[in-house]
Amino acid sequence: MSMDTTIKGGGAFADWRLRHQSGIEESRHNVRVFFRDKLAVAGLIVILATLIIAIFAPYLAPYPEQGRGDSDMQDRLQAPSRDHVMGTDQQGRDVLSRIMFGARIPLIISFVVTAGVLLVGVPLGGIAGYFGGWVDEVVMRITDIFLAFPALVFAMALVAFLGASLQNVALALVITWWPWYARLVRGMAISLRERPYVLAAKTMGVSHFTIIRRHILPNTLGPVIVQMTVDVGAVILEVAALSFIGLGAKPPTPEWGLMVSEGREYILSAWWLSTFAGIAIFGLVLAYNLVGDALRDVLDPRLKR
Amino acid sequence: MGKRATAEQPSASPAVAGADTGRPVLQIEDLRVEFRSLRGVVRALNGVHLTVHEGEIVGLVGESGCGKTVTGYSVLGLLPKPQAQVTSGRILFKGEDLLTKSAKEMRALKGKVISMVFQDPLASLNPVFTVGEQISRVVRVHKDVKKKAALEATKTALQATGLPPTDALLKSYPHQLSGGMRQRVCMAMAISCGSAMLVADEPTTALDVTIQMQILKLLLRLREELGVAQILITHNVGVAAQTCDRIAVMYAGNVVEEGPTAEVLKRPRHPYTLALIECLPQGKTAAELKTIPGAVPDLITPPAGCRFHERCAHVREICRDSLPTPVEVARDHWTACHWVQETAGGGDELGRGAGGEAESLVPAPAGSPGPAPAAAQPAEPEAGDPSTSSEEA
Amino acid sequence: MPLLSVDDLTVHFKIRRGLTRKSIDTVHAADDVSFALDRGTTLALVGESGSGKTTVAHAILGLNKPLKGSIVFSERDLLALPRRERRAARRGMQVVFQDPYSSLNPRMTVHDLVSEPLRVGTRISGDALRDRVLELLEMVGLGTQHLWRRPHEFSGGQCQRIAIARALALSPDLVVLDEPTSALDVSVQARILTLLHRLQEELELSYLFIAHDLAVVESVASAVAVMYLGTIVESGSTETIFNDPRHPYTLALLASVPSPDPEQRSAGAALSGDVPSAIHPPSGCRFHPRCKFRMDVCDKEAPPLVERLGRRLACHLPDEFDLTADQEAARAARATAVVEEEPRRRARPRPTEATAPRMRRRW
Repeated sequence: MSMDTTIKGGGAFADWRLRHQSGIEESRHNVRVFFRDKLAVAGLIVILATLIIAIFAPYLAPYPEQGRGDSDMQDRLQAPSRDHVMGTDQQGRDVLSRIMFGARIPLIISFVVTAGVLLVGVPLGGIAGYFGGWVDEVVMRITDIFLAFPALVFAMALVAFLGASLQNVALALVITWWPWYARLVRGMAISLRERPYVLAAKTMGVSHFTIIRRHILPNTLGPVIVQMTVDVGAVILEVAALSFIGLGAKPPTPEWGLMVSEGREYILSAWWLSTFAGIAIFGLVLAYNLVGDALRDVLDPRLKR
Repeated sequence: MGKRATAEQPSASPAVAGADTGRPVLQIEDLRVEFRSLRGVVRALNGVHLTVHEGEIVGLVGESGCGKTVTGYSVLGLLPKPQAQVTSGRILFKGEDLLTKSAKEMRALKGKVISMVFQDPLASLNPVFTVGEQISRVVRVHKDVKKKAALEATKTALQATGLPPTDALLKSYPHQLSGGMRQRVCMAMAISCGSAMLVADEPTTALDVTIQMQILKLLLRLREELGVAQILITHNVGVAAQTCDRIAVMYAGNVVEEGPTAEVLKRPRHPYTLALIECLPQGKTAAELKTIPGAVPDLITPPAGCRFHERCAHVREICRDSLPTPVEVARDHWTACHWVQETAGGGDELGRGAGGEAESLVPAPAGSPGPAPAAAQPAEPEAGDPSTSSEEA
Repeated sequence: MPLLSVDDLTVHFKIRRGLTRKSIDTVHAADDVSFALDRGTTLALVGESGSGKTTVAHAILGLNKPLKGSIVFSERDLLALPRRERRAARRGMQVVFQDPYSSLNPRMTVHDLVSEPLRVGTRISGDALRDRVLELLEMVGLGTQHLWRRPHEFSGGQCQRIAIARALALSPDLVVLDEPTSALDVSVQARILTLLHRLQEELELSYLFIAHDLAVVESVASAVAVMYLGTIVESGSTETIFNDPRHPYTLALLASVPSPDPEQRSAGAALSGDVPSAIHPPSGCRFHPRCKFRMDVCDKEAPPLVERLGRRLACHLPDEFDLTADQEAARAARATAVVEEEPRRRARPRPTEATAPRMRRRW
């Protein structure tokens, strides 16, 4: 590998680039590997498009007020046409606009849930795996308890208890998902703690928590990231599912799962109510899965060097 | 290496120079192998020549990255399919080119006629089958026999490797055995069908020194009692010295020196071999250790000409451009080196001394770069003065 | 006063099973190990797998809990000190491990790797930190251009040099080298050994060199301690041990090293059998089942390690006994012998020093 010892331009940025040259090269390499997977690139485009749509919905949607919830009973249940590319729903709202506004929800929730799960599960797993002994036993028994509940049922119970809302859905999902990551990280931590570089750190007198932070957790990143990307799709599905059964978003929120549910009674006559929302869910989840697969290839150590 | 006048045909006569052990069983000719990797094409083997005769143990010695394992794998057809490509060369086993065989034909040979033993015996054995089951399975795949006969063959094989063919052993699982015993089981599996040839890839590297000695003695015994020809791949010069009849030293994809063990190790000619022996800690204090400057070249962009030239104490202009061809420097002792050619043959760089064109003993390998190969006259045994070599090191 | 003095060091690991983590068996990894290392010298701990040499090294480094014994380093008994003070007392010792790649955190840059001990043990930071790192890199033959790269971009030899630079960061008195060159090629090994030798002279370092390669040991060490199954069987100066081995195991070990001189065919007195289990070590002298010269007393009483014949030796054979004389007879007897032992019925995976105390089922 050529080593770039002369950096053009001076100052802090050049210095940052120098210090991180190894990471930068690695990222470039990863990006290159990622882009070799055409399907993953398609998935990435879908995700980015969804993101843009979500952010700029008020400007992109043909009927922004309807997207937000205004109804127009004159125009209800119109089939797809030039005015309403995806038709209108039972309250006369433009389906396309609603879908666009609804794009925000899966993106925000999946981010929040993922962040929550990582913040809780990863450190706990690292601590359990590194210390072993009774710490491990205690943490693992707790995760075992959580893992024993079917996620969806548990989420339903929680939401039913706390009241139906997207926030509660997010909370319920964090509570049901974190054990998987704890377990994943704990497994890796157990093998990592015997690595010579960890022993070397111990010999140097590095404190246990610093070892976990500096030596154990960063080396669990790969599989965690891969697992995360695949799980995001599942999170989106669960949010939609919970909303579908009425435990998540409440009308008039343009949540896709809710839209599918609302369109149920009209499925034979006005198919466009449920269908487009369903396709949107499907498309976004598929996109995440494709990206996740490609990330796994990128991070697969066997392909390196 | 060993491209003699009869290069195109395996020699039928047992009197081929140096092969006092019999006819050639395996002849690797000008083998070139490339690997496709993310960073580019790795030119792993750059024209490897190797001959193994019946009942002979040939040591393939070199450091990591030299291509010895790739060579071993090529013989068994074990190179990973999409990435690895044999770009030229032949591997003649008893006259037939293994590289032209179909997968099916190779399967009939592997394990039955040519076998391989690997470095990590635990990884080579299936953990869910007992020792007896695994060996019998091999027998039954290759020979159409009933269970009982297979069992007999299994017991014979185990005995040949020094293991007691007891029920207890036959029923044990690999993890219940020690490293040395596992390696013996692997070897029993390898010889269970009466292989003519065994390739052992670092068979003792993962074992303790005292166990290593037992396994090496076993290899010798297999040769004595069963006449199994062997290629012993190792980075440990001592292992090769104690076990092999001939040694081939590899560097960065080429065999740089080859010959009878004692000859190569006591009178090394190639600068790399010389340097390597100087690096061995045997009999030296830490202050006396020598090192080889530089590093192994990157095989994606290997140096042109001789691949060792950048680190060589005797580098010449010609070394940068042309890959040296093997030249016989003593009876059956071959080296591929321009410097050796010069000093051994005298005269100009191309070895054409006073008295006209040197008679080429070595036909040019296909595609060899550089001027027409000129081989030195077969040098007298002590010509190429050991004292000149040691002063440089 | 030797820099490091180990006495009666005993380390046992318990194998635990089940929810209650009940202890089922004990691995006798090291028993009554005693030796001393003088300042500025290199002591080699030699042995095969199961010998306990790594366990002893780890005990000295504080990576396991010895059952009894003392480890006196720079005149302080590390095992007698309260926990708080042990770390400080160990500041003068550092370690270099065998596998160059796994001894360096793959996600860290060379700068961070080499500066870690400084960040832990001193208050140096920023530019001063970087300068010290560069100084250390220079000592091992690396440079500025390597500062921000990561281990996977280097060769094995270079990684080992990074590990050495790291070990030197706090100017230690003792460096424990756990098979530092076993994973390296011969030519690279020569470089590293030369480097270690030079550093030892320039910085007045003492080395505890764990190895199984006797040729290397003979080159680098001034004193050797040979271990077998957790005990020291023989120790003394390198010259004495290599030229006049008195313990049958030492003899067998030396005879097993394949010499690169093909005319020096190894004595052929290969040691038969395998290393027995450390969970149930043989009674009396632990080497007796494999010993050519065993006598009746050998399986009853463990011989003590005593000062004899210019070294320390643990063997019942009398001083006058000539080990080499019997070689011929022994060799003839063993020439056609097959390995007689039944495979040991091990219901549990074999413990190694590194994986104990937490036993994991191997899949």
